[in-house]
Amino acid sequence: MSSQTEIRYLSPVDIDKRNRDKYCRFKKMGIKYIDYKDPDFLMRFLNEQGKVLPRRLTGTSLKFQRRLSVAVKRARQLALLPYVGDLLK
Amino acid sequence: MNNYETVFIMTPVLSEEQMRETVKKFTKSLKEKGAKIGNEEYWGLKKLKYPIQKKNTGFYYFIEFEADGSLIANLEVQFKRDERVMRWLTVKLDKYSIEYAKRRRDRLNANKTEKEEKKL
Repeated sequence: MSSQTEIRYLSPVDIDKRNRDKYCRFKKMGIKYIDYKDPDFLMRFLNEQGKVLPRRLTGTSLKFQRRLSVAVKRARQLALLPYVGDLLK
Repeated sequence: MNNYETVFIMTPVLSEEQMRETVKKFTKSLKEKGAKIGNEEYWGLKKLKYPIQKKNTGFYYFIEFEADGSLIANLEVQFKRDERVMRWLTVKLDKYSIEYAKRRRDRLNANKTEKEEKKL
């Protein structure tokens, strides 16, 4: 009897689908210029190793992701952000 | 004439006076060549996120100015030749960053006056 091993639910299981809409924070907040002199702000878009988070996680639009990466690179040059980090958060 | 801003980091080996002298040297040479300095900020002795020239700290100084593009190469050569400067970055401002810089300046000024009022 193969149907014994099969698990069946009477009502559909409620799985947290995490379907929250992503949006570009810069567009929403009306930020037109990303400042490289503000490392605390840029930190929000980095992981704990100091790498830039991908667009698929943050929801940033392509235009601002490009500008963000430029800002992060400038901040790194001025030692405001590390090139390689560990446990930044 | 374009708007530029430059940040440079000086070695922590300098005394306060030597640091001021270095800053003065650059601001003076900028002024002499016809640049209009809009805003200057001294960020103080800051910790670097990674060592530069085996130093872990540095004096940060920030200048906003309006100048002819041909000045920049000269400024960068000066930075390069000066042993007291460890790192520098000069950026040209576009219309959005000019707006941002203005707002940032106003905010800083507002903070300053608030602090002074508190002192009084």
